[in-house]
Amino acid sequence: MDDTRAIHFTLNGKAEECDAPVRFHLGDLLREKFGLTGTHLGCEHGVCGACTVLVDGEAVRSCLMLGVQVDGCEVVTVEGLADPDSRLHPLQQAFAEKHGLQCGYCTPGMLMSLAAFLAENRDPSEDDIRDAISGNICRCTGYQPIVEAALLAAQRMRNASEG
Amino acid sequence: MKSAGFVYHQPSSVDELLGLLAAHEDNRILAGGQSLMPMMNMRFVQPEHLIDANRVDGLNYIREESNWLRIGAMTRQKTLMQSDAVTRHCPLMRVALQHVGHFQTRNRGTIGGSLCHLDPAAELPLISLLYDASLTVRSAAETRTISASEWPLAYMLPAIGPDEALIEIALPVGADWTHQGFFELARRRGDFAIASAAVLLSISDGIIRKAAVALGAVTQTPCRLTDVEALLVGQRADAQTIAAATAQAAKIEAFSDAYYSAQYRQRMAGVAVERALNAALGAPDHG
Amino acid sequence: MGARYFGAEVQRLEDPRLLTGRGQYVDDIRLPGMLHAVFVRSPHAHARIRGISLSRARAMPGVVAVFAIDDLGEPLSSARMPEMMPAPIIRRAHTQYVLARDEVCYVGEPVAMVVADSRHRAEDAASAVDVDYEVIPAVVDIRSALGEGAPRAHLGTIDNLAARLEVGFGDIEAAFAKAEHQLEFSLEQHRGIAHSMEGRAVLASPEPTPGRLTVWTATQSPYLVRRQLARVLQKDEQDLRVIAPDVGGGFGPKSVFYPEEPAIAAAALKLGRPVKWAEDRREHFVATVNQRDQYWNLSVAFDGSGRILGIRARVLHDNGAYLPYGVILPVTSLAPFPGAYALPALKATLDVIYTNSTPTAPVRGAGRPNAIFAIERVIDRVADHLGLDPAEVRRRNFIRADQFPYVTGMKARDGSPVAYDSGDYHACLDKALEMADIAGFEKRCEAARARGRLRGIGIGSFIEDTGLGPFEGATVRITPQGTVQVLTGAASQGQGHATTLAQVVADVLAVDITRVTVIGADTDRFPYGAGTIASRIAVTAGSSAHMAAVEVREKILKYASHHFEVAEQDLELSDGHVQVIGVPNLKIPLGDVAFALSGTVGQRMPANLKPGLEATAYFEATATPHSGGTTVAEVEVDPDTGMVELVNHVIVHDCGRIIHPGIVDGQITGGAVHGIGNALFEEMVYDGSGQPVSMTLGEYLMPTAPEMPPIRIGHLETPSPLNPLGVKGAGESGTISAIPAVIRAVEDALKPYRVFVHRYPLNPERVLRWIDAARQGEP
Repeated sequence: MDDTRAIHFTLNGKAEECDAPVRFHLGDLLREKFGLTGTHLGCEHGVCGACTVLVDGEAVRSCLMLGVQVDGCEVVTVEGLADPDSRLHPLQQAFAEKHGLQCGYCTPGMLMSLAAFLAENRDPSEDDIRDAISGNICRCTGYQPIVEAALLAAQRMRNASEG
Repeated sequence: MKSAGFVYHQPSSVDELLGLLAAHEDNRILAGGQSLMPMMNMRFVQPEHLIDANRVDGLNYIREESNWLRIGAMTRQKTLMQSDAVTRHCPLMRVALQHVGHFQTRNRGTIGGSLCHLDPAAELPLISLLYDASLTVRSAAETRTISASEWPLAYMLPAIGPDEALIEIALPVGADWTHQGFFELARRRGDFAIASAAVLLSISDGIIRKAAVALGAVTQTPCRLTDVEALLVGQRADAQTIAAATAQAAKIEAFSDAYYSAQYRQRMAGVAVERALNAALGAPDHG
Repeated sequence: MGARYFGAEVQRLEDPRLLTGRGQYVDDIRLPGMLHAVFVRSPHAHARIRGISLSRARAMPGVVAVFAIDDLGEPLSSARMPEMMPAPIIRRAHTQYVLARDEVCYVGEPVAMVVADSRHRAEDAASAVDVDYEVIPAVVDIRSALGEGAPRAHLGTIDNLAARLEVGFGDIEAAFAKAEHQLEFSLEQHRGIAHSMEGRAVLASPEPTPGRLTVWTATQSPYLVRRQLARVLQKDEQDLRVIAPDVGGGFGPKSVFYPEEPAIAAAALKLGRPVKWAEDRREHFVATVNQRDQYWNLSVAFDGSGRILGIRARVLHDNGAYLPYGVILPVTSLAPFPGAYALPALKATLDVIYTNSTPTAPVRGAGRPNAIFAIERVIDRVADHLGLDPAEVRRRNFIRADQFPYVTGMKARDGSPVAYDSGDYHACLDKALEMADIAGFEKRCEAARARGRLRGIGIGSFIEDTGLGPFEGATVRITPQGTVQVLTGAASQGQGHATTLAQVVADVLAVDITRVTVIGADTDRFPYGAGTIASRIAVTAGSSAHMAAVEVREKILKYASHHFEVAEQDLELSDGHVQVIGVPNLKIPLGDVAFALSGTVGQRMPANLKPGLEATAYFEATATPHSGGTTVAEVEVDPDTGMVELVNHVIVHDCGRIIHPGIVDGQITGGAVHGIGNALFEEMVYDGSGQPVSMTLGEYLMPTAPEMPPIRIGHLETPSPLNPLGVKGAGESGTISAIPAVIRAVEDALKPYRVFVHRYPLNPERVLRWIDAARQGEP
């Protein structure tokens, strides 16, 4: 019962391959096999959202997917959110300006959920954003600064694509 | 909380999937994983064989035919929400899906997985029941269809054997429903419902000609309130009729758990039916 | 000295790392040869252990060792965990063995430890550990726990009473004798679980130096952990290095010393390899301290104008199976009880009761939310009884701005008298009511009624003792490269200390904040510390950093005075340099000063200064600054379902001078949401035999974003005279005041039904039952 399976996938823009233990969930795979510990495990039963990553552009809870399931997929984690030249994603920048994080543990999940959401929703209302993060639990901030950061990021992203 | 070990299989065709089900009795099918993975991570479920259906060809589709809207069991909830065909033929499915988990879970969760998990509070089994869906189930040996009303056998136990896979959910199209409404009571966005109700009405000249009323989260499996339906048919679509329907719905024998009593659920069954009916008739939801 | 950073909204220095996934929490640390530990925990609330068999587990793949208590060897195998915070008032202090020996007293108590090459395999082996339990009766309900014939939470004890606290002041008999009015009522309070998003975690690694161990632990108190580990392992503290790296939220429970810490340390020493344990969410429900039930019975004596003359209180407190944190939680449930009011007389007793459940200890606010909830309910009941406006009754009872410092009559945890240093509660209340648009409330009620909904508004006024002693310290050091290091014992779990301390120091030394690095929570880098709890770090560590920076500044001026041959008053610090005022080309970078003070072989130290451009200072908190303020909450109740919708939440807060407004507001907002959770959502349900039922985050409900109201914060700054910065703590006030405000708002909404909301958390069924009960009373 300690099988592995060879998988090939794109991780943060780079082609990767590995022998993935079949019983590892995707969060385990990213943290243990690739040393990408930015994805955090908060509950391992699919409620807290801290483990959220992008698989083929969609936000998913990495604790609820098996690592072997990303064979052939494109996976993006918080480590890959910023530009390759290290410019912060507008969400990361806005979080810093609006104090959208305190302890930082829920933050990668918040960022990835919002990144996916804003990619498909360019002009969200505050309610839309609160709905988008309804599956992410934060114990530190009370959410309000996160919502403000997301609104600011959305505005900047709109301006950037228009300008 | 790490799952126990298992033998992993990744079939690429339905036949291969069914062959694996026949060969390995202690199996679970991994569909969207949003319900199964938590149970495995918590070791509530420890299948010897995990059969991943995500790479099986031919289970992810939405097909409009003259009499049916056919949906493959592995169709993602997100896909259903974005489907024009679904919106046209069974609009309440889209409404109900807004209450199913969160957008992250809907990216992976499937209609087939939800129907097989059969949580009493799950919206997709409720909607399938409401629309009188027809479910196609296959084993290596045979294919059979089951009506949505025969699907739930008992609490979280659908009428499907360990060597069978749910293949398709077909919703009848062309029914002349004129009004529909949905209501769910839950503590937080995406939470399991405390009570939910979905109604379809066919009204002409102010008279209800046909009615379908389904109730979720209050009984061990979702159910059709045939007594409420009978009460509605032939009546004027007005406040008095809604009040009578509400009172009838609130007679349902509900279950209790550590969080809410049977009496509260029963009462909320009435409220849910009332608000679903008000939504159907475009009326505000207060008395 | 400039004030460029104090009070400014600077971007947190921690953020770039945390935003890009480069945080380093304990579970992120990988060391060569590292092993993974899993604990086997009691599934029973109370049981004898008849036997433990480890042979099956030891034979499983990947397993390196399995330990029961005797396998840990001396001294751990014969000594129980030390008593934290001993106090004479404690009648009988029960603490647990590191791994249970003959008896388990709560679900979750650690019984065995499996160490394997992966977490997965360790969990596989854990299910192969065979423990033979004999289940025995459990103490589940504190209301019957002191009665005759009640089961004993611990075998062989005479009763379940850990301590009986008795406090009082003033002439309580006279107060009740002369009172025009009296009321008696009961309250039920249930606080719940901290659920920091990161659970606990411990990684212990033997160092090359024999006998030396480094322990990374997700703790709020690295120095406490080092001290207790040294005691328990019988090692010298100098052989232990304890580090709190990035910690994903603390909120109180991570300030306790737990059995997993010495267990992991012992495993690492015995196996000669690093061993790591990371708590999973199910463990956090039972293995980490939380807060549970308190029952309050109150009698109030008051006059016709609503002035409170005296209060009697009897409190029952569920302490769980052990005392991992002394009686701090019960003490803090009483000491703030007078709240913001000039209470003339009080007599209160609090029974600290053992039960067969997870031990309780402070969770965000500790006992303060309990005390403040009680006193605020007293005020509201008095107001309702007399038909007076609750805001007015508050005003009549508040300590006035001219009465500070005000000695309340209560005693703090160290026995000293509680004195509020400064504040203006009337101004906070008035501002909060204005911000909450109390004037428009009636109209909003009417509009809601037209929609079939009931609106209510509630006030929660509060005080919070902050800045607890004994001290925190800091070393401020400038390197020859001109960077400023601030070394401190202070630990951070999200409070932004790396930024706030940098702000304080950057201002004193007139350097750019990006040149300041704060290194905290490492017992090798700074020798002494107390812990990040009870909203104390801005006051203590902040003040000590300030003091140390001032000393460094003085040294710079002495050196520059000698170097430039001018008087010290002709010098200024600016932009990372020290320069002669008005002569811009006579300046030296601070790094050069540091270089000069690091000495040159064969030369004397310049100006007879001591080596090193650094200073160490400790701020001893001898008095406690008190922050205060008022929360006003507005809700809407659906009378058909009992659901409560939060529509507005205003907090006016006085925490003295504010170092970083964004950080303070963030703390208050987060705290308010936690308090909202306590009021409306968070309930840890147990069955009749003491089994925890709520064991997933789908059942234990925490606030999520869509249900939260807009939260607005107003500030008053009455500086504290008690420390050089004039600051007070801010971390827990949002929680403390949210609960009474939200509960009263629901009660106000249910005014037509004359419901007295005597408990929290609420849920829709409870609300509906109260409405029903009132309706049934109708003719």
